[in-house]
Amino acid sequence: MMKRRPLSAWLEQLVFIGPAFISFTLIVMIPFLLGMYYSFTDWNGVSGTVTFIGLGNFKQILFNDPDFMRSFWFTTRFSIAAVILTNVLAFILALLLTRPLKLRNPLRTVFFLPNVIGGLLLGFIWQFIFVKGFPAIGQLTNIPFFNLPWLGDETTGFWGIVIVFVWQSAGYFMVIYIASLINVPKDVLEAAQIDGASPAQVLFRIIVPLIMPAVTVCLFLAISNTFKMFDLNLSLTKGGPFKSTESLALNIYTEAFQNNRFGLGTAKALIFFVVVAIITTIQVRITKSREVEA
Amino acid sequence: MEARQRYTAGTLVVEIVAVLLGLLFLVPFYFVIVNSLKTFAELLTDPTSLPTALQWSNFSNAWRIMKFPTVLTNSLVITVLANLAIALISAMAAYRMVRHKTRFNRLFFSLLVAAMVIPFQSIMIPLVRVARTVGLFDSIPGLIVCYMGFGAPLSVFLFHGFVKSIPHEIEESASVDGASAYGTFFRIVLPLLKPIAVTVILLNSLWIWNDFLLPFLILQSPDLRTIPLATNSFFGQYTKQWDLALAALVLGITPIVIFFLAMQRHIIEGITAGSVKG
Repeated sequence: MMKRRPLSAWLEQLVFIGPAFISFTLIVMIPFLLGMYYSFTDWNGVSGTVTFIGLGNFKQILFNDPDFMRSFWFTTRFSIAAVILTNVLAFILALLLTRPLKLRNPLRTVFFLPNVIGGLLLGFIWQFIFVKGFPAIGQLTNIPFFNLPWLGDETTGFWGIVIVFVWQSAGYFMVIYIASLINVPKDVLEAAQIDGASPAQVLFRIIVPLIMPAVTVCLFLAISNTFKMFDLNLSLTKGGPFKSTESLALNIYTEAFQNNRFGLGTAKALIFFVVVAIITTIQVRITKSREVEA
Repeated sequence: MEARQRYTAGTLVVEIVAVLLGLLFLVPFYFVIVNSLKTFAELLTDPTSLPTALQWSNFSNAWRIMKFPTVLTNSLVITVLANLAIALISAMAAYRMVRHKTRFNRLFFSLLVAAMVIPFQSIMIPLVRVARTVGLFDSIPGLIVCYMGFGAPLSVFLFHGFVKSIPHEIEESASVDGASAYGTFFRIVLPLLKPIAVTVILLNSLWIWNDFLLPFLILQSPDLRTIPLATNSFFGQYTKQWDLALAALVLGITPIVIFFLAMQRHIIEGITAGSVKG
């Protein structure tokens, strides 16, 4: 049985929960539910008539939209390359900075610095480096790497975005890895060394298993950030040349706000949400199952 | 795993490698700053060396053309007000949820946690429609309401975890003394939440200050532009005018870099705390 609550209790509930509940419902829940509905319609964002067309949008996307498929494939390849490189670099930086270095704190600041600047501005910074800086370095040094047509074709566009993403994100994950490495118990490491374990064995058999919780977090964040990548893509390549470096997020944006096919755009957005949710769930399951305690 | 190690030759090698990596990380900043102070001709012929004469006019031109004072004010107003609003509504909701575990409050909390996995891009299209319908479109207060909705999940989650650790007895003694629920919250609970509030505000500040897509969709008037929006339209207008564009970029990154250098200890601690719990 529920007790009758006095008016003041209801008012308290309204004052404390109300603002968060209303703004969250209005900004997140309603658009989320509306999006599900619109994905089954031919809504064009302008005219008042919205017709229900069943699975029409999904059929169109899956069987008749090579651009979407290409952006899906591009985003998947980008995610794999960027997630691996970012985490490997971040982990190496964390290992370096957990040594008793004299310049440890300034170095931590430097590695973290790109992360506080937004992806859009970073993309523009690197556009200059790729288009003007690299050729100039190439002329001075004659290293072929710098003389590639950076951002001018599909391959250099792809790796250009990967490089900037890694540069931007490594410092963030480094901070998480450092926090985890500091908590690895020293006696376990000493015991392993006394038992004659090689440095590689200590790293892969002891340190890595013990910091798996950080790996879970970093992989989760890296995977979802790479799949959501939009700003860097827009400011570095705008998806070009010829849509060869167009991410999923950019494809959804273009479909809705440039082609005015809002129904189709929301259907893509729904597929996008489901894909990200499935991939990150699988990843968290796998890495969590490998977490151990010292 | 660290501490009390001696500074050996191996450590010196590690230090040198780390410093070289650090310099590599700074190279892009070198390029942008050095070239933002060159004439257009010099920048094209020699982008790698230091400028022969400092062209401060690049900065005054970029400052004027992108209306930097207006843009900076917009970014500041949006970040500060959205931050205050998110922190206040999230702290109040989290406090209520911990102390009154009704079925509704528990359901709402689960919804918030579940919503953290929804990518912004998967709901942005209907969001623009909702914003137009309820009058949040093309207005700074409207954008702030959007940030309240998007900021609530993680912020409530962080406050929720912290409130759970505050002993109930502190509030009980206050209510015995006749304080109302509001008085108890504002005078006793809120001051205790300060450590987690710092984390929440710093995380939200970096997000909101740098956010591009949401304001890009919501704000249309040129007068309402934030730094990322103004930079984007500046680049659209002055493609290949690198002398102006680079000065605009330096202007754009300066405020957040200063903020980071001043608050870096708190920011890095906040990220550690936020990631471990989130």
